[in-house]
Amino acid sequence: MQAELVDIRNHMAQYPPFDEMTEELLDRVVGDIEVVYFKAGSQILELGDPSSWLFYVRSGAVEIYRRTGELYNRISEGEVFGQFGLLMNRKVRFPAKALEDTLLYKIPYDTFQYLWENDDNFADFVEIEDRSRLRSAVSRREKSNELMTSKVTRLISREPVMAPCTVRLQEAARIMTENGVSALLLMDEEGEKPRLQGIITDRDLRTRALSEALASETPISEIMSEDLITIRSNMFIFEAMLTMLHNNVHHLPVMDGDEVRGVIALSDIVKYESQSSLYLVSNIYHQQDVKGLKKISLDVRDSFVRMVNEDANSHMIGSAMAGIGRSFTQRLLELGEEKFGPPPVPYCFMALGSMARDEQLVVTDQDNAMILDDSFVPEAHDEYFRALAKFVSDGLAECGYSYCTGDIMATNQKWRQPLSVWKGYFTDWIENPKAEALLNSNIFFDLDGIYGETEFAEQLKALVAEKASNSQRFLAMMARNALNRTPPIGFFRTFVLEEDGKQQKTFNLKRRGTAPLSDLIRIHALACKSRAQNSFERLKAIGNTKLLMEDDLGNLRDALEFISIVRIRHQALAIEAGREPDNNVRPEDLSPFERSHLKDAFQVVNNAQKFLRFRYNAQVARNV
Amino acid sequence: MSDASSGEPSVHSLPWPEQYQALAQQSKSPILKAFYESGCPSPDTPISEVRMLAIDFETTGLDASQHSIVSIGLVPFTLDGIQLSQAKHWVVRPKLPLHQTSVTIHGITHSDIDEAPDLEEILGELFSYLNGRIPVVHYRNIERSFLDVALRWRLGEGIRFPVLDTMAIEAHLHPDRNPSRWQRLMGKKPVSIRLADSRLRYGLPHYAAHNALIDAIATAELLQAQIVHHFSRDTRVADLWL
Repeated sequence: MQAELVDIRNHMAQYPPFDEMTEELLDRVVGDIEVVYFKAGSQILELGDPSSWLFYVRSGAVEIYRRTGELYNRISEGEVFGQFGLLMNRKVRFPAKALEDTLLYKIPYDTFQYLWENDDNFADFVEIEDRSRLRSAVSRREKSNELMTSKVTRLISREPVMAPCTVRLQEAARIMTENGVSALLLMDEEGEKPRLQGIITDRDLRTRALSEALASETPISEIMSEDLITIRSNMFIFEAMLTMLHNNVHHLPVMDGDEVRGVIALSDIVKYESQSSLYLVSNIYHQQDVKGLKKISLDVRDSFVRMVNEDANSHMIGSAMAGIGRSFTQRLLELGEEKFGPPPVPYCFMALGSMARDEQLVVTDQDNAMILDDSFVPEAHDEYFRALAKFVSDGLAECGYSYCTGDIMATNQKWRQPLSVWKGYFTDWIENPKAEALLNSNIFFDLDGIYGETEFAEQLKALVAEKASNSQRFLAMMARNALNRTPPIGFFRTFVLEEDGKQQKTFNLKRRGTAPLSDLIRIHALACKSRAQNSFERLKAIGNTKLLMEDDLGNLRDALEFISIVRIRHQALAIEAGREPDNNVRPEDLSPFERSHLKDAFQVVNNAQKFLRFRYNAQVARNV
Repeated sequence: MSDASSGEPSVHSLPWPEQYQALAQQSKSPILKAFYESGCPSPDTPISEVRMLAIDFETTGLDASQHSIVSIGLVPFTLDGIQLSQAKHWVVRPKLPLHQTSVTIHGITHSDIDEAPDLEEILGELFSYLNGRIPVVHYRNIERSFLDVALRWRLGEGIRFPVLDTMAIEAHLHPDRNPSRWQRLMGKKPVSIRLADSRLRYGLPHYAAHNALIDAIATAELLQAQIVHHFSRDTRVADLWL
């Protein structure tokens, strides 16, 4: 390169992938460039032409099309195009047209090839599969958080402390004290090998033994917890954290097959993440009234921001926020029952929507319902449940979970019904699907029992799983509704670029990103009879069938993670700046990294929506 | 270009390709002989098929008879591409003292010039680019006349060639660029045909640096833009050269 060309080199050095290129390599690129000018409206590349250049936009703007003629992208100064043809069969795959008067730097194929072989960053950037770029963006981020890279075995500091489940209360307490542990594993020693049967914790001893003044000779098997929640030894610490949050347990036995490797406690994880969301959760249970809960709720946003700054992934943050929301609800129900007395008939308090999916963030309203036992008699019992529902709903509103604008709350009599009525609702939605009605009841297909007879909620999940997969009309209607919201194509300068070429100043990352994704994942999950509620869990369940290919699943997972994390980060930044967080994003608020990967993610959503339409034979969707 | 140059005036009225042939016969200097022998495209050649060379000189002043060339930038191109791989830039030692004002303009220092070759030493290389290409400049009175004078000094004979002048094209496009007093009163602004200002009208980017090479590239880009906006790929080269 002639030294006098430094002006050209400096321009390119501002933009990826040239910004990370060695000076020597970039000099070589500049020395090989051919410059060419195109008038606005003129064709730069025709479909099927031989492809021999990578194009760099020095000034102006270019539109890239699909072979079908649909707009694929609009790019401006500092961006490249033409790589697809170079990487594939040396034929132009995406025609290009000058949108404005445009000056292009053409990089010859040989130079492109040389860069591709000698500069990994360049190769990654122009790689034909945009998805792999998304993959590395997601994993690079996840690698930076210790909770996501360390296995739970790291937290095990000692051999597990165990006793046969035939021991007596006093003996169990003595073993725990001697060994200085807060939980004792109880083993069934009848078989060939001892098998984990139950657990007893400090808290159990206090709440179940002492408060009831049980005799010291009481068999421990009478008060131990059974049907334990455990985790496998190859899981990551953050998965242990999610498990604790979701199930509200403070101890987790770590298993290698049937064998117990150790026990990890809430306090072990809190050490990793001081002032953690888990800590906040345990604090919620210590509050004695709504006032106390309201005070604590002010810490929720801090906890959220901290997790974002510690590079937690969206699954972790979503679960933590849902866990916190769930805990507020549970504690309010406990306080409500203290106030109004025990329930006249069994009931289940149910979370709906994002809380049920473990995908809650800080900007959220309350969506909940009550399933009552079938022995419920409205005249005799409803007054109680109405009062309890109102107490919880008002309490949640105090704690920052605003009332649901669509009135999907247990305070609404329609959503406070016996199990048999609920079964009727779901059966009707599924067997007599109407698009409009389903649009409103979509939220009920993310449900989770969080208090009381959670078995009721499980029965509903089972019913949905069984019936939904058999109703093609239901799936088609759901798919049609899911296609109502589409992602934008990408970004152009400070605008959001829409499919029809229109440009917007801002867009809603929830409505145009995460919601379309969780909608389509839900439908696939229903089609394969999954009872999972969380989108990542649903993807796993879908993966167990052959409904989607492995690659497509990975792409959906990465897209959901990336869009979610941008949305989360956007909200955290607002909170830190003292602004009220929302879901509206302006392109100029996004980093170049976020812009290019968001575009990749939107592409994944777009393809997934096309597949959804085809798979469920969903009719033409209306636009947003 | 001085019309009182060597050779009969009748030669100068020939069309360019024939003129090149005649000058190739007359020329004593092997360098110039080779230049004319490499030929000139026929006047009917479409501009899209013409091989061009954008050239820019930085000089110590505006008068070829009094001032000298300080640096030369050039880049070969066609309508389809400006080949940076063949871009060249030389600093040459002027025959005459460097004027202080020019020094600040070009950013070329006395020590650059002390180490620089005389133009004569690079003539061979310069002509390897020039041969077979039509020069493109912004304001032909600099490059053509300075080269002519410089060659008379060193080779004992001057040079003749057609040029494409991007400034002349702009002047042609804006015949009323200097508004009358009356028009000025009505708010009409004069249209500048300087290189940087002309480029703005075509959406071409601003270059921060100023050196002969960047200006040569800027000129080549401007010509590409002028052709696609106001002419066509099929425009005859004879409609554009001067």
